[in-house]
Amino acid sequence: MKEHLLSAADLDAGDITRILDTAAHLAKVTDRAIKKVPTLRGRTVCNLFFEDSTRTRISFELAAKRLSADVINFTAKGSSVSKGESLKDTAITLQAMGVDAIVIRHGASGAPWRLAEWVDAVVVNAGDGTHEHPTQALLDLYTMRQHFPTFAGLRVAIVGDVLHSRVARSNVLALHTMGAEVTLVAPPTLLPARVETWGAAVSYDLDAALPKQDVVMMLRMQLERQRAGFFPSLREYARLYGLDARRLEAMPEHAIVMHPGPMNRGVEIAAEVADSIERSVIADQVANGISVRMALLYLLLGGPAVREARALPAAVAEGSAL
Amino acid sequence: MSVPERAMVMDPADVGRALTRIAHEVVERNKGTDGLVLVGIHTRGVPLARRLAARLSEIEGGQVPTGALDVAMYRDDIGLRPPGATRDTDLPFDLAGTVVVLVDDVLYTGRTIRAALDALTDFGRPRAIQLAVLVDRGHRELPLRADYVGKNLPTAPDGVVKVLLEETDGRDGVLVMDGDGAAGDGRGRPAATEGSGEPRGGAPVGREGSGEPRGGAPVGREGTRR
Repeated sequence: MKEHLLSAADLDAGDITRILDTAAHLAKVTDRAIKKVPTLRGRTVCNLFFEDSTRTRISFELAAKRLSADVINFTAKGSSVSKGESLKDTAITLQAMGVDAIVIRHGASGAPWRLAEWVDAVVVNAGDGTHEHPTQALLDLYTMRQHFPTFAGLRVAIVGDVLHSRVARSNVLALHTMGAEVTLVAPPTLLPARVETWGAAVSYDLDAALPKQDVVMMLRMQLERQRAGFFPSLREYARLYGLDARRLEAMPEHAIVMHPGPMNRGVEIAAEVADSIERSVIADQVANGISVRMALLYLLLGGPAVREARALPAAVAEGSAL
Repeated sequence: MSVPERAMVMDPADVGRALTRIAHEVVERNKGTDGLVLVGIHTRGVPLARRLAARLSEIEGGQVPTGALDVAMYRDDIGLRPPGATRDTDLPFDLAGTVVVLVDDVLYTGRTIRAALDALTDFGRPRAIQLAVLVDRGHRELPLRADYVGKNLPTAPDGVVKVLLEETDGRDGVLVMDGDGAAGDGRGRPAATEGSGEPRGGAPVGREGSGEPRGGAPVGREGTRR
């Protein structure tokens, strides 16, 4: 693995499999009476969140704590950022305080890459603008693997506001690496330019796509990022692209429904679908997020300090179990 | 003469006999198998624990509960080398009040066993923990010793001892590959104290096995009370 996790494209199939396997083992820590292992004692993880977040931040915090790392939570509100401090100065401050890993969420696409240039710490992208959210993709793949034996040929529809979705891009990258067949379903206005280069099929017709899918991933309508009218009304959008009980019926019996959260109930997903015990795995996604992030922190921080790790050839990093 | 040499120091029959003897020692020492559980340390300790359990039920009847322990998250070299592969820890029983027999293939520096003791502690408080290994190759870096040893194998510090098992490697056996400055080759020397029927000192893991049964116990004991 690389020394940071910035993009889902950084991971090859071996990396992804290793992360998911490790996550499956670490998931059991959560079932114990003592939900903690001493693995990252003495390491410090900083959650650097410039955008609001509930599940990602809490998930990273719990993951780090279950590995016995110390956690600092930094949110832009209430910090010197509100006095005008730049990302670089914030980075230098954290560097001076000696944190081992920085989990960053930022509204600007690419911010984690800049941060990685400025600090020695391991940088994990927890969502940058409309660009990427690789740990969400990993926990989504983990959840899919709980239901399907292999990714090869797995049919996944990603439905909704692809244009503003970092979840969609990271999922397409990771699923493509693992050999799944992804279909992006959205109105033409909510698809990014050059989407044809993503390696995914594109459809404007949800009803035509649904009967063929193993996994249907609904995306949140990101109204806060939309600066223009991408569709006539929310009601019309919900009628054409919302997943309701009737559309759930049209899906194959074995197909599962996913949503990265937070949900706009009644817009992209009907409440009865979101709460469907048989078909919806949305709560599982949240639970799995902790295990996957534990695995990531272990694999990124469990080795020698970053600078030494860079010098280690991959062959050594793989098999020194003896 | 720096070409490493492989020598088969235990053949499949030797491995089988060693396990049978260990099983008898476990029964003798614990006066049966009541309250006993076997915990194998990944990777090869797990099939070894299952085999021991099978022998114990042949000897005493009944089933001895068997579990698997992964120590990757408890190692003391985390951060010093690339993160090791993880495995499932599966202990399908309550540890409280049991006598745990930890099972591993090779006892070397003792660091894996130390990690295993920490890991077990997170699951409960056994009445006692004992240690069974197929091979003790010496060169301890911690004050630990095994209660049951299949074979004591003097080795060079830079030599390699490789335990093979049907379940993981397709065949049974123990191989020794000498390092460069090999002081003792696995074959030339008599296998020093193989099968010393008596469980030295009777103390659980955490005693340096000297003739003296108590006092000077380095780990986890206060005073001299048993």
